Amino acid sequence: MSGRPGAGVRMSGVRVLEAGPRALLVELASGEDAEAFHAELLRRRAAGELPSVREIVPGARTVLLDGVEDRTLAGRLRSWSVPPPARGSGEAVEIRVVYDGPDLADVAEAWAVAVDEVPRIHARTEFRVAFCGFAPGFGYLTGLPGHLSVPRRSTPRTRVPAGALALAGPYTGVYPRESPGGWQLIGRMVGPADLWDPAREPAALLGPGARVRFVPMGVCG
Amino acid sequence: MSAGLEVVRAGALTTVQDEGRTGWAHLGVPRAGALDGPARRLANRLVGNAPDAAVLETTLTGCAVRVTGARPVLAVVGGAGCRVAVDGRPVAWGAPVRVPPGAVLEAGPALHGLRGYLAFAGGLVPEPVLGSRSADLLSGLGPPVLREGDVLPLGRTGGGAPCVDTVPWPGVPAELVLPLYPGPRDDWFTGAALRTLTTAAYRVSERSNRIGLRTEGPALRRARDGELPSEGMVLGAVQVPPDGLPVVFLHDHPTTGGYPVVGVVDEAALAGAAQAVPGTPVRFVRV
Repeated sequence: MSGRPGAGVRMSGVRVLEAGPRALLVELASGEDAEAFHAELLRRRAAGELPSVREIVPGARTVLLDGVEDRTLAGRLRSWSVPPPARGSGEAVEIRVVYDGPDLADVAEAWAVAVDEVPRIHARTEFRVAFCGFAPGFGYLTGLPGHLSVPRRSTPRTRVPAGALALAGPYTGVYPRESPGGWQLIGRMVGPADLWDPAREPAALLGPGARVRFVPMGVCG
Repeated sequence: MSAGLEVVRAGALTTVQDEGRTGWAHLGVPRAGALDGPARRLANRLVGNAPDAAVLETTLTGCAVRVTGARPVLAVVGGAGCRVAVDGRPVAWGAPVRVPPGAVLEAGPALHGLRGYLAFAGGLVPEPVLGSRSADLLSGLGPPVLREGDVLPLGRTGGGAPCVDTVPWPGVPAELVLPLYPGPRDDWFTGAALRTLTTAAYRVSERSNRIGLRTEGPALRRARDGELPSEGMVLGAVQVPPDGLPVVFLHDHPTTGGYPVVGVVDEAALAGAAQAVPGTPVRFVRV
């Protein structure tokens, strides 16, 4: 995508797929385009320029519009002008972590670096929550370059503790609660209860679009 | 003592359900809510509640609750057909009944259908989470699954007497017919797979739950390999995991997923899916 910030451009490669009689799945050419399209949907909804929809759910390369009453929306979505995502704006959420996960060595091997390089590379990356899923408040964070993708563990763990900082594919995530999981564990968040609190507004610390930085603490953290 | 219910027999899986949570799918929060929406609304109507009041949803074996407090409570048992009794004396299924203080309302095992709905005047009022009192079994939000001895508060009644006392309840069909809208990922499957899906005989698997109606039948072959980048999932989505057997997403379904969705079942047909016992024949019919 190109174009000056704020000067929307018409995206190429936009497909609008029907997901049943009341939902549209907008498929974009890349994760960056999906991010920009999602931001534009939220902007238009806030401005009252979007017909009523019940849910706007970003995915890796898609945005799902569920509960769409106006069937003519599909045709208009294809021709939207969308400004590029606003980078570097707003405060980044800082997550304090200790990089002491059991899969550090495996990740170092996959990255072809020394074990103590993994925390350094990870902590200097600026992440962004691309989408949520798996559990309430679990964000799929992008930011690591493509060549640092890692496979899931061949055998998932039956128990991953709340706060586990983990990698899989291109994504980083922090488990909001204890659950089974197949991601590679590289550390743990200090105070994971902050990740998800349905009584708080916002309930999720890592909602879609949030910018995130991981701040390494000492091993005693 | 304030109006409430004490759980005498919890049954196999009994939960509190209302209309569910909407507007939070982007944070990974499932919709939840009663699987048989029409039954929930009808049960509420029969006791004079707003249609979105919280009710009990039972699974196969029913449940029994004692009325606490000083006043009788108007209640109804609907959804799956079953024997209904108050303190052991048979009363009508599907019609409102006054349950005296201290008396036990018993919904017996399902005789036909799977999920029973018990509505009480005033509605169940456990603490709402994100705007809903529904138990969400995928992510654990909302009130926990009922256990014996639990006490559930009831809300105040509106005072208005219900305007109907007998209504026709939909029967449980011998075969589950699910109208299917192809897509959004039908192009991930072979033409033969799509024909199979809409012509073959499937059956409801006993591994079905509130997350999804799993099926048994011919596996669907993909036209392409690889992983689908995670994308948003809708209620009624027919997702096809690597074993090729279609899963129809019900109310506790995950909000995003990475297996392709071959088609979407119209939400209006899902009440039937809620009542289909394992072994029930399933036909997907292209819309």
